[in-house]
Amino acid sequence: MQLFIEQVFNGLAEGSIYALISLGLTLVYGVLRILHVAHAGIYTIGAYVGLFTYNLTGSLVASLFVSMTVCAILGILIEKYIYYPLLKYPPYVPLIAGIAIYLAIEEVCRLIAGPYIISFPAKLPFESSTIMGITITAPQKLIFMATIIVLLFQWFLVTKTETGLAMRCTSQDIEIAGAMGINTQYIISLTFAIGSAVAAIAGILVGIHDNQVYPTMGEVPAYKSLAIIVLGGLGSVPGAVIASLLLGVIEALLVGYVSIPLPREALAFIAMIIVFMIKPEGLIGKN
Amino acid sequence: MLSSYQITILTTIGIYAILVVGLNVIVGYAGQISLGHAAFFGIGAYTAGILTTKFGISPLVGLIAAMLVTGFIGFLLGFPSIRVRDDFLAITTIGMNFIVESIFLYTPFLGGALGIGGIPRLTIMGVKLKGVSFLMAVVLTLILCMLFVKRFVSSWSGLAAEAIKENEKAALSVGISIVRYKLMAFVIGSAIAGIGGAYYAYFVRFISPSDFNFPVSVMLLSMLVVGGIGTLWGPIVGAFILGILPEIFRPLVDYRMLLYSSLLILMIRFQPQGLLGEDSFLNGVFSKIKIKRQVS
Repeated sequence: MQLFIEQVFNGLAEGSIYALISLGLTLVYGVLRILHVAHAGIYTIGAYVGLFTYNLTGSLVASLFVSMTVCAILGILIEKYIYYPLLKYPPYVPLIAGIAIYLAIEEVCRLIAGPYIISFPAKLPFESSTIMGITITAPQKLIFMATIIVLLFQWFLVTKTETGLAMRCTSQDIEIAGAMGINTQYIISLTFAIGSAVAAIAGILVGIHDNQVYPTMGEVPAYKSLAIIVLGGLGSVPGAVIASLLLGVIEALLVGYVSIPLPREALAFIAMIIVFMIKPEGLIGKN
Repeated sequence: MLSSYQITILTTIGIYAILVVGLNVIVGYAGQISLGHAAFFGIGAYTAGILTTKFGISPLVGLIAAMLVTGFIGFLLGFPSIRVRDDFLAITTIGMNFIVESIFLYTPFLGGALGIGGIPRLTIMGVKLKGVSFLMAVVLTLILCMLFVKRFVSSWSGLAAEAIKENEKAALSVGISIVRYKLMAFVIGSAIAGIGGAYYAYFVRFISPSDFNFPVSVMLLSMLVVGGIGTLWGPIVGAFILGILPEIFRPLVDYRMLLYSSLLILMIRFQPQGLLGEDSFLNGVFSKIKIKRQVS
């Protein structure tokens, strides 16, 4: 039983990370209807910038702040100069552009920081605790805290503020939103900035949790987060969060208990295809 | 004449071109985005590899079998793909690629992570094809595939597939069976990929699951997009450019992949319709030349 609960917690931690990564992807899909694969590249950059800042300053807060700023700017640049001009073309054009950007980012990271794994020796202000024989590690606590804060912030922004209203409006119809006097350019850039900043947080958290940062760390999240946002019903934030947590827990349990002859990565896609067969609009589809 | 290095590169480009011609049927003519073409490439290569090494079947029969098996699997995998559209389809095909790759990786019969080695060379009428003669066979097959695709496109079925690509509802309203023609495009495209896969197996003679992973699918689709989706020569141009670039950049060693991906970004950003697509830069030049000729 203890092992089971620990596995569930491991799965939830993993799922929270998926949720943080998929959040940006879902937001971007919501406004622009594109699959933003380069997002995983931003996540990698976030981890590297966070690690370098941490090594320079020794402060986790500074590292988060600098990394989020850098990633937000990068996200806006990618949106403004690559995606936006390609919106009028079929969806595979921005998709390939995104994949190409991702590859370029991976190469830049490899050339600057080297192809090897760098450890992320962060000192956390709290320690791992054991409640009734169940251990929750310090990085896991950090992940849970960060995820809850980010999701609360996101919920507050979208549902309680005027900017959130404009964001929801833009995601329903860009042209009508523009006609209603909403600065859609600004909203789109803001969406990219928020999504990319959250990806930076995810990058740092994964770096601390696994104690490693490496150029190709974005590869698996890049594809898996695609499956997640589809499972969650493209563009739905609650759907993506639920799908992330579910996937994290299911993966942890399956890997812990059943020896399946398939890697974790294939699992997400098998689940996705099964869901498609039964419910083509995703778990929490709009229809 | 050609050095063996050049022959190797040209043969690789030729095989990629065959694969992209197949992909073009699915993406370009039927409008079904596919990011899992490497799966069919792999199925073709594995069919040829297994049949020739484990069952002692002659490579030429293996080639035909690879085409049929891959076409059939394309038929089966086409069903889930028909239910979904656009972005959903793109992700479904990525998923298929991952699943097929992990089946290669985790099935002991298929050699697991070690793959299949000792695949024989292609032999036609007692002549072992290698070097230039193998290149000739690849080019000949490429031409045959292109001729077939050209015929298909101008046939009734090809027109029906194109009508579906333009507007599904309108096509349905004039009595075109969407399922039938989408599946048909899927089967033809996969069967051509199967041929490419078999040639690949006979060419490298050692195949492993990582030869057919998702990045390969991305590369194939990039080749098609760079060349020009839905054009006859686009696949050849795209396969040639993206196939030769890494070789040109080889002296740059470490910066090779960065330059390659940056160029891909630039090409997509400034010529999203492909080098040979409608109102592309090259097309503009060609039509100007044509007009000049007509005037003079």
